[in-house]
Amino acid sequence: MGKTTAQKIFDTHRIDSPSDGIDVINLDAVFCHEITTPTAIVDLMERKKDRVFDPSKIKAVIDHVTPAKDSLTAEQGKVLREWADRQGIEDFFDVGRNGVCHAIFPEKGFARPGYTIIMGDSHTCTHGAFGAFAAGVGTTDLEVGILKGICAFHSPETIRINLTGKMPKGTFPKDIILHVIGNIGVNGATNHVIEFTGPVIDEMSMEGRMTVCNMAIEAGATCGICYPDMTTVEYLWPFIKNEFNSKEDALAAYKAFVADEDAVYAKDIELDISSLKPQVTYGYKPDLVKSAEKMSGEKVNQVYIGSCTNGRIEDLREAAAVLKGRKVADSLRVIVSPATPDIYKQALREGLVEIFMEAGCCLTNPTCGACLGMSNGVLADGEICVSTTNRNFNGRMGKGGMVHLASPATAAATAVTGTITTADQL
Amino acid sequence: MKNFSGKALFLDRSDINTDEIIPAKYLTEITKKAMGPHLLEDLKMDDFDPATDLEGISVIITKENFGCGSSREHAPWALEVNDINLVIAPSFARIFRQNMFNCGMMAVEIAEEKVNDMFSKFAGKETTVETDFDAKKFTISAGSESIELDFSISGFDESLVKAGGWVEYADSNY
Repeated sequence: MGKTTAQKIFDTHRIDSPSDGIDVINLDAVFCHEITTPTAIVDLMERKKDRVFDPSKIKAVIDHVTPAKDSLTAEQGKVLREWADRQGIEDFFDVGRNGVCHAIFPEKGFARPGYTIIMGDSHTCTHGAFGAFAAGVGTTDLEVGILKGICAFHSPETIRINLTGKMPKGTFPKDIILHVIGNIGVNGATNHVIEFTGPVIDEMSMEGRMTVCNMAIEAGATCGICYPDMTTVEYLWPFIKNEFNSKEDALAAYKAFVADEDAVYAKDIELDISSLKPQVTYGYKPDLVKSAEKMSGEKVNQVYIGSCTNGRIEDLREAAAVLKGRKVADSLRVIVSPATPDIYKQALREGLVEIFMEAGCCLTNPTCGACLGMSNGVLADGEICVSTTNRNFNGRMGKGGMVHLASPATAAATAVTGTITTADQL
Repeated sequence: MKNFSGKALFLDRSDINTDEIIPAKYLTEITKKAMGPHLLEDLKMDDFDPATDLEGISVIITKENFGCGSSREHAPWALEVNDINLVIAPSFARIFRQNMFNCGMMAVEIAEEKVNDMFSKFAGKETTVETDFDAKKFTISAGSESIELDFSISGFDESLVKAGGWVEYADSNY
């Protein structure tokens, strides 16, 4: 009987099965940020276990509120910073060198095919785009990960979502994943891994795959996975070129983590996206999705372009292509947050920053802030935001605020008119 | 082992997310205790007021996919510091469920029709849940009405509850 990608990864990492259907696996990387890690650090100190299993496998960043907005967030940064220093964690990204965790860690080559990764952040599923098993966990799992380099999971069952057809012009990976979540529901993949497969994924860039895998959690999934292929190898090549003689060798090694043809799936779903239109959410759950054109004309107070879902260079290009030579409508404000310093620099080189600023957008430093209503773009009561982020929960971007999730292109078109608009409608 | 018995609160909605259980703006706190006053603060339901309805509650009974969204363990902590160590629902989001057991608390899955039955018999009444952990049995009662309900959790989850959480378990086993 064949195996899925997650099963193959578990087979190479399992150290125990303490009860039926539970696997304890060792970890290749533990990612940390300043919101969920300090409580784990403080607890380890109180337990007199202030140590880490392997400082080279721990990566840390200050990203949720940066630079600190008040004394409490300054303290969180301080706890993380001092801990990284004390434990000899070299890959720590402080203010100025920091970016949104799920954008900066892949950019540094920390996610690899076959890896097991945890982080105290639900969107850790993003890193499955590299053919890794990457899962968001709570602080206790993170704490044990830091201390022991292990984590317990239910033996993975997998749903395969085969994406066929050709992406219509004017649609983007965000539209695909919103469409998928709308199809299977917020509970559709709970306790399951999703393998995203098919020609649509094969032709997609790593950035696009990260957008798709990023939102697997919004369907309840433990991880979203894309098979490693030459696109993966090309992206990782600067980091792995000393490990392999050639890209072909790297690909051959990584193919070990592609699911077998006779792998067994809990569910097999095929979606032809040939007639997909730009998507947008309309309620307080990410599975409440419809075509953006059906919402057109709805007044918007703020547009936000950024986050671990859509703050990468391709996303900024997509938005800038719409905003070039246009102005933000007087009735709203637009915030653009490149997800990492390298993305910001690239956007500067390509002239994207100038396009945004000429249009009247506010550019912020890389941060998660606005996405979860913590800083840099919080909504007021009753306000409406079209956002390229991942959650539209009631109050997510600010108490009493409403969020409509959309692609960067739709967000940018909305910025121009002040009402929900697709790029085609401009 | 924590207490898993006491007065129950019924929350008649599915997909209650961790932003509703504890809003992100409180994640800047480093102590669990600071979460206490803000439990379920952003949960908007017609017949629920977090300021008054959480008084004396030890158990939450709710609908499917409780705890979806953010991975924040602040959600179980907000429950824990309010002496709520047990949530009963037809299903839970994976991370929330694991966080509960990792803290030595319980997120127990009960078949949907049985949960619906509990709602129709007890919701709106002064209801208590008595938990017999060894026998894996809940006794739910209000006034003269009472039902018994068997439940099951995995051997691993049981070990976590007995050990007081995953840190203690992992440290003594690995």
